[in-house]
Amino acid sequence: MVDVAFQPNRAAAAQSGRRRVGLRNALRRKSMSAFLMTLPLILLIAVLVIYPAFYSLHLATLNKAMTKFVGFGNFEFLFKRDTFWLVVKQSCIFAISAVVFKALIGFIVAHFVHNVPANKQRKWRGMLLVPWVIPPAMSTLAWLWLFDPSYSAFNYTLSFFGIGPIPWTGDAMWARFSVILVNVWYGAPFFMIMYLAALKSVPEQLYEAAAIDGANWWQRIWYVTLPMMRNIIAITTLFSLIVTFANFDIVRILTAGGPLDHTHIFATWAFRVGIEGSDIPLGASVSLFMVPILAVAAIFILRDITKRGNES
Amino acid sequence: MSTVTIDKAGPTRKVKYGSMSRDRTWALRWSYFFLTLFAIFSLTPPFYMLITSLKGSAEISAATNPWWVHQPTLENYVQLLTSNQFLRFFWNSAWVSIIVVTITMLISVPAAFALARMKFWGSATLATGVFLTYLIPDSLLFIPLFKMFAVFGDWTGIQLVNRWYVLLFIYPTLTVPFCTWIMIGYFASIPKELDEAAIIDGASWFQTLTRIFIPVALPGLIAATIFAFTVSWAQFLYPLVFTTSTDQLVLPVGIITTLIKGDVFNWGQIMTGALLGAAPPLIIYAFLMDYYIAGLTAGATKG
Repeated sequence: MVDVAFQPNRAAAAQSGRRRVGLRNALRRKSMSAFLMTLPLILLIAVLVIYPAFYSLHLATLNKAMTKFVGFGNFEFLFKRDTFWLVVKQSCIFAISAVVFKALIGFIVAHFVHNVPANKQRKWRGMLLVPWVIPPAMSTLAWLWLFDPSYSAFNYTLSFFGIGPIPWTGDAMWARFSVILVNVWYGAPFFMIMYLAALKSVPEQLYEAAAIDGANWWQRIWYVTLPMMRNIIAITTLFSLIVTFANFDIVRILTAGGPLDHTHIFATWAFRVGIEGSDIPLGASVSLFMVPILAVAAIFILRDITKRGNES
Repeated sequence: MSTVTIDKAGPTRKVKYGSMSRDRTWALRWSYFFLTLFAIFSLTPPFYMLITSLKGSAEISAATNPWWVHQPTLENYVQLLTSNQFLRFFWNSAWVSIIVVTITMLISVPAAFALARMKFWGSATLATGVFLTYLIPDSLLFIPLFKMFAVFGDWTGIQLVNRWYVLLFIYPTLTVPFCTWIMIGYFASIPKELDEAAIIDGASWFQTLTRIFIPVALPGLIAATIFAFTVSWAQFLYPLVFTTSTDQLVLPVGIITTLIKGDVFNWGQIMTGALLGAAPPLIIYAFLMDYYIAGLTAGATKG
């Protein structure tokens, strides 16, 4: 395109010497060098992301020994198993409640940090983001120790209030609560930091105008803050939904799916079936059930991002 | 009617002026109160890691207050830091992370430059595709990738499964898309006049990238590097799937598979290992917090 645009100027360009020639050559080489620069990226994505994604579809149609095509056999087998429906249920409970609490806590904490004088915000932000910085596998070990059946430090503290001992990871309901709690602990700082960035971008005049009009704090949040932050809230929530739905580390280390498979989510059960149980096709089929939810969330994220791209 | 409302509005308004600043002080006090609560909630697990790591095994099983250490000892640290196995995990982790960061930067910086500046056929689609790839989680790909590398080993005789360097091929799938994406954002924010001037002066595309784009977008580059490092350091699922021999493990998997023996949990050492494993990201965070946060928020605010 650009090359064509330069054609009529060719005579003039030739006269004006080497500089123009250099520019034209650079432009002519442009698409070739651009292609070479993106080639490693394209290869990486094609070979190690796109291909395995489709390979997973192929694997899901094989039998356990991977010698025979069984079509939807693996899926039919899954639909007949109670554990599978337990996993579906738990994945939804886990992802939705964890994301809701992360979003709420993140929103509230971001407001508190925003209220504090600007010179002290850095310190608070620094402390509150620590859960996100520690590798989740490492921090979940600390939680596992805090939840220890016989030496739980929480139960020790609660015993002074006459509560407990609570079977944090031993009882199905409590184990579900614990994995959600740890996930909220880990993920809420991410929401906090995103919302804080969004809060700072809301012009102060809007609040002043709202205050002059007699809006109370709730109306200020509802009519000023939320509409201004809508985009960031949507993107952060959808993104977190993907990450939480696909979570592996926390559940694997804290409960390993137990007690009696009650805390298994898709990723941990796929690992149990596919790698530990060495039934790779069945494991691939289990993990494929994450695709619809991920796809829906991804479509919405992409729509938001392109919309913002068009606005700017 | 109207006079009555005006009468009413008069005094309340005066009171409100006085109460505004009082409201603010109270709002500030409540903010500090709740922030303290949330900070305690956030810092309890790392604090407890530290406390436990300083305890001897006798004190861990004693019925004393678990939140405090009465006879602090460094024996857990000495044991771990003199254990060849643990040091091996640490070095494996360090090597994997450093090499992955290098590979990531070598792939994503030129690609981001090309996608941000050299509009070519399909470049917009490719940029969107890169972002979509970032949304594909590790838990969706680990089974096909594992099988792929096993089949590759059978075909070529090059055994990659259960070697630490297999992670060098896999981790870039997690780091490259995001780093490319945020670098596109940073590069796109550089004024066009800058590179046009360079090209008119006879600079090649490569020189424009190294002499202008990389120095100007250095904050973004640092943010992307930090992101790539922390992701590779923290990754747990892929090493758990791909490596099993104890000399090939990286830190998170090593701690979990070797320090937990059956039902015997050596909590003092586990917490020490976990703290040492958390240390590199925490140190980076402590010194480069602004870059860290820039990288975190860039994904949503750029682009």
